[in-house]
Amino acid sequence: MTKNLITLLNALAVFAVLLLLWQGLCLVLHLPPYMLPRPLTVGHAVIARFPSLVASLAITTEEAAGGLIASIVAGLLISLVFAQSRWIRRMFYPYTILLQTVPIVAIAPLILMWVGPGLLSVTLVAFIICLAPIIANTTQGLISVEPNLIHLFLMHNASRLQILTRLRLPHAVPSLFVGIRIAAGISVIGAITGELFAGSTRVGEGGLGYSILYASAQLQTDYLFALVLAATVLGFAFFFLVMFLEWYFLHNWHESARATSDE
Amino acid sequence: MSAELQVPEVSLASVTKSYGGGPPILQQIDLTIAKGEFVSLIGPSGCGKSTLLKLISGLTSITSGTILVDGMTPVDARETVSYIFQDATLLPWRTVTSNVGLGLELERVSREVRNQKVQSLLELVGLTHVARAYPRQLSGGMKMRVSVARALATKPRLLLMDEPFGALDEMTRDRLNEELLRLKAEQNWTAVFVTHSVAEAVFLSTRILVLAPSPGRVAREISIDLPSPRTSDTREMPQFESFVTEVSRALRGVQHA
Repeated sequence: MTKNLITLLNALAVFAVLLLLWQGLCLVLHLPPYMLPRPLTVGHAVIARFPSLVASLAITTEEAAGGLIASIVAGLLISLVFAQSRWIRRMFYPYTILLQTVPIVAIAPLILMWVGPGLLSVTLVAFIICLAPIIANTTQGLISVEPNLIHLFLMHNASRLQILTRLRLPHAVPSLFVGIRIAAGISVIGAITGELFAGSTRVGEGGLGYSILYASAQLQTDYLFALVLAATVLGFAFFFLVMFLEWYFLHNWHESARATSDE
Repeated sequence: MSAELQVPEVSLASVTKSYGGGPPILQQIDLTIAKGEFVSLIGPSGCGKSTLLKLISGLTSITSGTILVDGMTPVDARETVSYIFQDATLLPWRTVTSNVGLGLELERVSREVRNQKVQSLLELVGLTHVARAYPRQLSGGMKMRVSVARALATKPRLLLMDEPFGALDEMTRDRLNEELLRLKAEQNWTAVFVTHSVAEAVFLSTRILVLAPSPGRVAREISIDLPSPRTSDTREMPQFESFVTEVSRALRGVQHA
């Protein structure tokens, strides 16, 4: 846990240095605020428009979290099916890769067209972008059990179900978390991408993506920066929440929860 | 006398094993192991000693011949057989207690009975103080001890061991060997033991089979009639030394052949 804290502090220190450089650069080059607002101006924008910023943030959080949680549930179920046989994997695995390689910006407008703009369609975009890493990692975890452990279970006449619930599933938990960690970061990207096409998802207001479009059209560059900052904070929050959960569930037994190395 | 009348614990009749039409790993193995024997398999790498153990456990199927374990097919006999692997094969997400109870749990023994049995086993192998620890907190020797306790929890009649102490330092290995014989004396199972160590084989066994490679076959059979109970003093007896010499010579013989 202290290790996580140190990681956090290091990241914050780098952030502070970057802010200082940024402020210095604006002062030295005399850049107009609509090109590059100073950090302090951005700070003012955050405070002045705090309620609408928080409202946008809440919408995006809801969509990203919804997509992420749905992808964990669906990804785990799909992985359980994939783990059953090599043939199933051979038949369906290429589609998982397809899911990962098709650019989400190209699919997002389609989904919006099919499902209609709103919270659901944006959540769906986040869900799709999160699914592939969850499936890929969890399936790997389920099937990469050491042969001798399977032999051990067989020697005790374990059923297929017992091998799944008592061996494969717990063995896959660290890999599942690797998938969730990747998915948590990109869920925010997915939600914002969806919002760029979705317009306002609630009457009169939209998520961060919608507000970013709006702010850039209005040349409100300081608020645009505030929104980008909010998106970054959201991504970080997700990442650290997942890291905490990972630590909570795995610190007793798994190396990856104590160091960054993975077996 | 009566041993002759009993069903042997393990019997192999002209057993041959090859993988996918390749050359035989094991050829025409005939072998009978009586109840209560401690038989060690020793031989150079590739002589099929681990394969032989896998055949007796039914984890690998034979190409031709017959194997009976307590008069049954290896797979049917599994309820009375335990296997100890080269590495401890503990489940890292389970505590020591829960690892030792795994076999009982898979065989659907009730939690109450299970806890009782595990408790007394932990006492038997001296692991009570680490009952709640996770495997990663244990030394190699401790892990192996947990593995042995887990194997014994299901009250096996036959114990198959594939180089269980191969990765341990010599002192730990010697101590575990002594403990293994103490447990055997108390519980009286039959053992088939694969090892690379001549001294270990001599110390533990009532009989040693020296295997020769390509194709794997039994080249020599040496009965070890050292007095029991065997203790650390046994290793200093002159007979012990001469058995070690005899087995080593046999081993050199098959390696050069």
